[in-house]
Amino acid sequence: MVKLKHIAKACKSKNAGPFHITLDIMFDKPALFEQVRETGVINAALIAQLYGVAETDILFTEYAPALAWKATLPRRIPSGAVGDTDVYGAQQHAPLLDIEIPLDIAA
Amino acid sequence: MTRKSVRMMSASGILGYGFPEASLQAALALKPDMIGVDGGSSDPGPHYLGSGKTLNSRLAMKRDLGLLLRGAIANGIPMMVGTCGGAGGTPHLAACADIIREVAAEHGLHFKMALIEAEQEKGFLLEELEAGHIKPLGNAPELRAADLEEAVRVVGMMGPEPYLEALRAGAQVILGGRGTDPAPWAALAMHHGLPPAPAWYAGKILECACNAAIPKKHDCLMVTVGEDYVETEPLNPELRCTPLSVAVQALHENASPIIRYEPGGVVDSSDCRIEALTDRRVRITGMRWTERPYTIKLEGARQAGFSAIAIAATRDPGLIGQLDSFMDFVRESTATKVKALGIATDDYQLVLRLYGRDGVMGAWEPQPDDAPTEVSIIAEVVATTQDIANAALSLARVTLLHSDFPGRMCREGNMAFPFSPSDIERGAIYEFMLQHVIEIDDPLRMFPIRYENV
Repeated sequence: MVKLKHIAKACKSKNAGPFHITLDIMFDKPALFEQVRETGVINAALIAQLYGVAETDILFTEYAPALAWKATLPRRIPSGAVGDTDVYGAQQHAPLLDIEIPLDIAA
Repeated sequence: MTRKSVRMMSASGILGYGFPEASLQAALALKPDMIGVDGGSSDPGPHYLGSGKTLNSRLAMKRDLGLLLRGAIANGIPMMVGTCGGAGGTPHLAACADIIREVAAEHGLHFKMALIEAEQEKGFLLEELEAGHIKPLGNAPELRAADLEEAVRVVGMMGPEPYLEALRAGAQVILGGRGTDPAPWAALAMHHGLPPAPAWYAGKILECACNAAIPKKHDCLMVTVGEDYVETEPLNPELRCTPLSVAVQALHENASPIIRYEPGGVVDSSDCRIEALTDRRVRITGMRWTERPYTIKLEGARQAGFSAIAIAATRDPGLIGQLDSFMDFVRESTATKVKALGIATDDYQLVLRLYGRDGVMGAWEPQPDDAPTEVSIIAEVVATTQDIANAALSLARVTLLHSDFPGRMCREGNMAFPFSPSDIERGAIYEFMLQHVIEIDDPLRMFPIRYENV
């Protein structure tokens, strides 16, 4: 097992418009991306579970040209509305960091 | 065989973020068909659309616009700005136009300028709603007339057509209100007869300039568009476009990296080939454009009230160990004191943000139970008037500072305050309110163009 934060190039979050957050998991080594892809661990169901949202509310895309996965989900609170804590949506990536990937790779 | 192609430059991620002058000069030496910059984003939140203020400072926008304008006029090429002033409403467009006139006067420049309005009149929107032309996106609720009545400002996100119209009319400087980010560049490519697929793809790469290059910097990007390809290369020799850096730009701020909904169609890049031509120039082919019924996305802001905040922090382990019950006490005690002032419960709302524990992510926090050694508390009151916000906040602040809790050792106060005054008026605050599109046959109808000879 290896944690995603030890092998991915980036795990990040950002607004996709005022009502959605988009999460990107990105690699920079094609072979490693392919290995992780083959484990099938990164999918919409996992994101739904990590963020406690319905899987049907998630737009999930595997995007091989960028060695990346992308998941877009509704914000808890619209950007900048009363009670929002993260206007740019740039700090909602933490649950991705500890995703366990069943690969025998030194961290 | 010669093929038709155009060369376009984007100066920076957003107007006012700055770019190296040397990169602009390098771009102009390559004789581009246009230079431009996008000026907008909804990312900084609803304040700019609501208040009419610009995202970046006048000084920073004037620096960028001044260089671009002088470069464009000296080289006889068009200069275009998308979503002027951050939010693209009438005051934002006016602020940029004012800068352009000032720079022109200072440097003795003369040209035809087009100003494309994107702000929508309520009467028009209400008519379109009544006619059933305004539809929710995704899981957004149906729009009601009362929602529109509440709006402070509504803008439509224009496609390339108004820019195209202004180009045909011979405008050399085109300032746009709110638009889809790729629109100015897509328009220039289409103006030269190139098909929508590569034109839109080029616009998408250019909208954030060197976000499509590495290392990431606010710098100028040059893109060449042909009948069936797009090529991209940064102007600063320290930067490079690679197939990966270009692919990564497709992820940026989009819901999907492969399907992008634009006015009048969909850009599909699922079958794109991205290949390196050199170690810093990339060629993309295989993009597709599928026409769809024409729609314009609406963006709106309404006033949420008046806000005042105080920033505090606690370093007391006894208090941090019982923060939730303490915060409940602060809410209740503040409510009692505010009521004693004769302020109705409905007229204000106290929001306590506990940054340092689970403040950033709230219910999404994967480790909510980890005990921090200090916690920052931002107390905010949003109220129907600034006076009520100020009054309720000052009571919340003193309640935070001087309330007992079991085992209290810090007898002189529970909170560290970094500022005097501790209470900060934020004035009117806004929230985004529309996630809807308007179905409209004429891409120009919502975006009147004014021309002036500067």
